[in-house]
Order: sequence, then C-alpha cells, then structure tokens
Amino acid sequence: MTGSGLLRSFAVQRRVIGALLLREVITRYGRHGLGTLWLMFEPMLFTLGVAALWSATRLHTVSNIPIIAFAITGYSSVLLWRNAANRCAKAIEPNLSLMYHRNVRVLDIFAARLLLEIVGACGSFAVLTLFFVSIGSIQWPQDIGVLLGGWLLLTWFAIAMGLIIGAFSERSETFERTWHIVTYLLFPLSGAMFMVHWLPKAAQEAVLWLPMLHGVEMIRHGYFGTVVPTYEDPVYFAIANLLLTFVGLALVRETGRRVQPE
Amino acid sequence: MIELVDITKRYAIRGGAHTVLDGINLTIRPGEKIGILGRNGAGKSTLIRILSGAERPTHGHIRRSMSLSWPLAFGGAFQGSLTGQDNLRFICRVYGVDYREKLDYVQEFAELGEYFREPVKTYSSGMRARLAFAISMAVEFDCFLIDEVITVGDARFHEKCQRELFEKRGDRAFVMVSHEPHNIRDRCDRACVLQSGSLSFFDDIDSAYAFYQGVMT
Repeated sequence: MTGSGLLRSFAVQRRVIGALLLREVITRYGRHGLGTLWLMFEPMLFTLGVAALWSATRLHTVSNIPIIAFAITGYSSVLLWRNAANRCAKAIEPNLSLMYHRNVRVLDIFAARLLLEIVGACGSFAVLTLFFVSIGSIQWPQDIGVLLGGWLLLTWFAIAMGLIIGAFSERSETFERTWHIVTYLLFPLSGAMFMVHWLPKAAQEAVLWLPMLHGVEMIRHGYFGTVVPTYEDPVYFAIANLLLTFVGLALVRETGRRVQPE
Repeated sequence: MIELVDITKRYAIRGGAHTVLDGINLTIRPGEKIGILGRNGAGKSTLIRILSGAERPTHGHIRRSMSLSWPLAFGGAFQGSLTGQDNLRFICRVYGVDYREKLDYVQEFAELGEYFREPVKTYSSGMRARLAFAISMAVEFDCFLIDEVITVGDARFHEKCQRELFEKRGDRAFVMVSHEPHNIRDRCDRACVLQSGSLSFFDDIDSAYAFYQGVMT
C-alpha cells in the first residue's frame, strides 16, 4: 500500500471507531441522567466501596501504608484490565450485522470498547486520587512519573488482554465461560490486596510471573515511594505486553477472516 | 469496475465441507445492470455477502475500483435502542458523509414523522424497512447490491423506492439477485443464472430465463 493509501485507511478507521464509540455510549448509557459520566462513575463507586469496606474491616492495622490509597491504587488497576477484557468478550456477536459495512472491521469494534473502558478507568483513578488528596485524607504521589509509567503499562496490558479475550471468546463458548472463572481467581493474585513484599520469598517468585502484578507494584512504588519496597520489573512487563499484543492481533486477524453475518 | 476472480466459498459442515460457490468469475462495469437468478439455496446471498465484503471467499479475490453499497434496504445493522436519527448518524459517520446534509432527505423519504427520533425497537417492520431504504439512499455509491426484489412498504412507497433507485440513480451499476425473474427482466441489461456453485452467462435475458426455467423443473 502506498503512503497516502495508508493515511487514507487510517482516517477511515478513525472515523469508524469514532462512530462505534458514540453508538456504544448511547446504547449503554442512553441520553438521560448522568449518561456518559457513568463510564467513570461505575469504576469509581466500585473502588470507593472496596476502599470503605477495607478501612471498615481495619485492614489498615496490618501495614504502615494508608488503606485508602492502597485500595485506590490496587482496585483501579484490576478494574482497568478486567473491565477491558470483559467488555471485549463476546463483543462481536451482537455487532455481527455491522460486518455488512465493509469499513467496519473486527478490530474497530474491540478498539471502540477498549477506548471507552480505558477512558472510564483512567477518569475514575484520576478523580478519586485528586479528590482524596484535596480533602487531605491521602498524600500526593511521591513519584508521579513512575506511577504514570505503571498505569501506562497496565493500559497496554488491558488492550492486549481485550484483543485476546475478545477473539478467543468468539471462537469458543467454553473459553468465554472459563475466562470469567479465571478473572475471579486472578483478582486476589493480581496485587490489588497485597504487596509483594508481604509475601514469603517463594510466593514472591511465583506471583511475579503474572505480568499485571508488575504494573500494580510500579504504581504503588510511584505512589508510596520507599515506605514498602516494591519488586516491579517494567522491562519484563513490557516484553510480556508486546508478546500478548502480537498474539492478540494475530487472533483478531484470524477472527476477522472467519466471522460471517447471518 | 468490480471484478470477482475465481471466487470459491466453502462452509465447514459436520463431516466435511459444503461448496456454495465454485470458481465464480464476474465483472461489473460502471453503469452495468446485472441480474442473477437462482433458486433458494443456490448461493445468491453468499455471493452478495462476498461482493459486499461482509464475508471473505475461501479462494479467489475481488478487485473493487468503484464504490459498492451494502445490500440495499438492509436493516439488520440497526441498533434497536438507538433512534432512526442515531442510526442515520452512525451510517453517515462510517461512510464519511455529513449527516446534517442528509437529515431532511432521510426524514422525509422514510415518512416516519415523530418516530424518527424514537428508538428503532418501537418501529413496526414497515417503518424499519422504510428507514433502511432511506438510509441506503443517503450514501451515494457507484454500484448497488440488491438482494431479492425490494418490497418496501405499500404499493405507493414501493413505487417511490423504484423511482429513487432505478430512475434517479439510473446511471449507476447494480447487481440484483432474485429467485423471481420479473424484476430482473424489467431492470437489468444482462442476466446470469447461479446454479450448483457456478454462474452461467447469457447474451439476453430471455435465454437466461429459459435456462432458469429448465433448471427449475
């Protein structure tokens, strides 16, 4: 393809994703009440609920780090990749008839949903952090650069997972059902509820195979500084993301070849 | 021009593969009106889907150097919770058309009145069909795909559609597939018959029709 052809198809894809995005927003949230803001409120309320629960159960007596900040950093991280992946699961089937429009591709449908989830999760994390900082119940992050780096890597992970889960769930019912069980089991392992430092050495080595844990550790490193040692390896996380992205794109490509509207 | 080159389509079925299209070649030149006759299950809709790009062929390829519509009056892509206007907006965005320029036209043509701003799921099937046809006309194409004879609404509306498509857009090409020769005889320059996965070409519509009748019996 020539350079201008590539630019043109990029412009088409951007337009299509924009159209899908608006369609998705109106379909999901309607035009009334808070509408689009629910995109952000949903994860926010979730995180707030968890933070309230954890401080009520006095989990904060376990460690020297502030529980609200711990809950916000942990829970927002999980919601980011979990919502992204779940929204992509079985995303094609209800949109199958859109395939009659040649410009609409399988990747665009995932891209629109991923964008929405990511915007919602980022908004929720930012608003919650700013709110609690402004009322003085948590401190401003120690190293915003490291925090944003961790968040960015997690966003990348969310995109890759979305593509993989989205494509696989189209292929097999069994996979889709199993995935929900896997996410449930992954939740306690993904670092939302613990810091790697609290674990025994052998357990540390085992859980650090999970890519997303590195993102959560990195975010907490950026947030709490050196209060608790963190064990992230951004390079490992990035390489894992790169591999997952390749797998995801290959699967999506294959799905695009296979799907057929009724 | 649109060229189908050696298009084969097989579907995986239990215990093997079912060949629906077997090495189809077809060229559509600008302004050409082609009718394709075929019995139920002959693969007409598969051919339309492959032409429209909704589905990929198992073998062969398509060259498109003119713009090609989605199957006309197709309302399957409507999102029920969106209004008629939202659906128009969506299609216009996907095809890069300014929807504000088409708003009045579609609203008037579809004859939905107030319902244009109500969710499509509250529409009757006739209203849906009218909206689908009107939206199909909002985007201009060089070649239209027509799956089966368009029977939208009552006789008066039907006539309006025919006028809009065949008269106002008389310079465009189209491919019409049908199991019923009446419209093809009226509207097409040439006709082919789709049977057992292959296309038979005929110089004039009458001989295509005669062949089709032979296949039917």
